[in-house]
Amino acid sequence: MDDASPFMAALTLILRLDPAFLSIVGLSLRVTLTAVCLAALIGLPLGALLAVSRFRGRSVVIVAINALMGLPPVVVGLTFFLLLSRSGPLGSFGLLFTPSAMIIAQASLVLPIVIALTRQTVEDLWANYREYLLSIGMGPKQAIMTLLWDARFSLATALLAGFGRATAEVGAVLIVGGNIAGVTRMMTTAIALETSKGDLALALGLGIILVGITLLVNALAFGMSRIGVRHAG
Amino acid sequence: MPDNLPPDAALAVTDLSFAIDGIRLIHPMGFKVRRGRRLVVLGPNGAGKSLLLRLCHGLLRPDTGQIHRNDHHPAGRRAHAMVFQTPVMLRRSVFDNVTHALAAIGVPVAQLKSRAVEALNRFGLIGLADRPARWLSGGEQQRLAIARAWALRPELLFLDEPSAALDPSATRSIEAMLGDLHAEGVTLMMSTHDLSQARRLADDVLFLASGSLVEAGEAQRFFNDPQTAQARAFIAGDLVW
Ligand SMILES: Nc1ncnc2c1ncn2[C@@H]1O[C@H](COP(=O)(O)OP(=O)(O)OP(=O)(O)O)[C@@H](O)[C@H]1O
Ligand SMILES: [Mg+2]
Repeated sequence: MDDASPFMAALTLILRLDPAFLSIVGLSLRVTLTAVCLAALIGLPLGALLAVSRFRGRSVVIVAINALMGLPPVVVGLTFFLLLSRSGPLGSFGLLFTPSAMIIAQASLVLPIVIALTRQTVEDLWANYREYLLSIGMGPKQAIMTLLWDARFSLATALLAGFGRATAEVGAVLIVGGNIAGVTRMMTTAIALETSKGDLALALGLGIILVGITLLVNALAFGMSRIGVRHAG
Repeated sequence: MPDNLPPDAALAVTDLSFAIDGIRLIHPMGFKVRRGRRLVVLGPNGAGKSLLLRLCHGLLRPDTGQIHRNDHHPAGRRAHAMVFQTPVMLRRSVFDNVTHALAAIGVPVAQLKSRAVEALNRFGLIGLADRPARWLSGGEQQRLAIARAWALRPELLFLDEPSAALDPSATRSIEAMLGDLHAEGVTLMMSTHDLSQARRLADDVLFLASGSLVEAGEAQRFFNDPQTAQARAFIAGDLVW
């Protein structure tokens, strides 16, 4: 056995577009992208609202959300496992060990990141825009739309950060998904399993794809801030 | 037309005062902004000029007193608009800065473009329409802030030190624009600490010091025959300086 062989096998898997391999990559991307979209749909307006409103306990909410950003994925997984399991409060939906359960768990992981980064970005912009937007008679809803649009390049970077975190995590999807072949097997859970089984080729192949995605995400984030400067100043 | 606003006034203030954290920053004062005139709020740094303009525009809530202004905004217009001491530029193109303001006051989508083009033409900015607004020079930004306010067709325009950070030629160009707005019949209420600018622009003067209204009246009389020692010192100080 020479050392290069699992690596060569991994490359072969990738280059041959092996169907089982592709289905794992495809499911991972579908779950994570859906989770990020959900988190964006909820987190962008909530973060912006938090940035422009003043209420008692606001700083407590901000600290809590910042803390949630660092929540261990396994804890999120465990929480949703308990909520979604047959005897849990949401058990009747029968979602445990389905891609939907993984989407929900990942969206919950990404949501605090989106809210916290949106709040920070929008709050800085609001400090600059506030009087002007009030001066032209804008209400809170219009102001939030203006702020989200003008912060779009920084916010896209926030979403990419969320995407990065979700792509890389194992704990949450493993617990609520169950790592069932062809149903809920994601890249990270497959790597964990295949490595322990000794199928290094598949694990390595998926690892290469993951590193590629991470590079791509960072390149996108970099390009985004460049474009932002060019278009928005 | 709101109650209590005399027909010759675009704004009337009675008994106005304002405090932050218990500290009185504007002491009780009353005055009128006469329709179609240029009222210059004059006073040294920290006199309360910016606060007074914000109060009059409705950005701050007074602690006592009333501000009577026309709060009826006809379709596609805003009764009053403000140009800030440091221009607020949205992170969009010059053109989009104008259409954004127009959309905010409810101008129909079909008219946004033509009204923005009209405003940019009027203030010589059409060549910069596609440039990100934040890339403009200080003078160009101030010009855009005025164009954007003018596009709202206000009857009363507040300007907070519109040329404080500008070089002499940019200052002259801003002053010329304000002269044109005045000729169009727009009522102007602007602050400055620059006496010579006040002499060039003012029809009426409010002279503030330490948050109090020290002297109010027609500009001619204020400059030729100030009634208070503080106003005399301020005018004389500028001549010496
Ligand atoms: N948010 C605030 N909190 C506390 N004090 C304030 C606040 N805003 C203004 N002040 C104070 O109120 C006074 C008047 O401020 P203002 O900005 O109106 O002065 P100004 O006449 O516009 O001065 P300048 O010529 O420097 O622009 C100043 O002493 C300032 O420190
Ligand atoms: Mg000021």
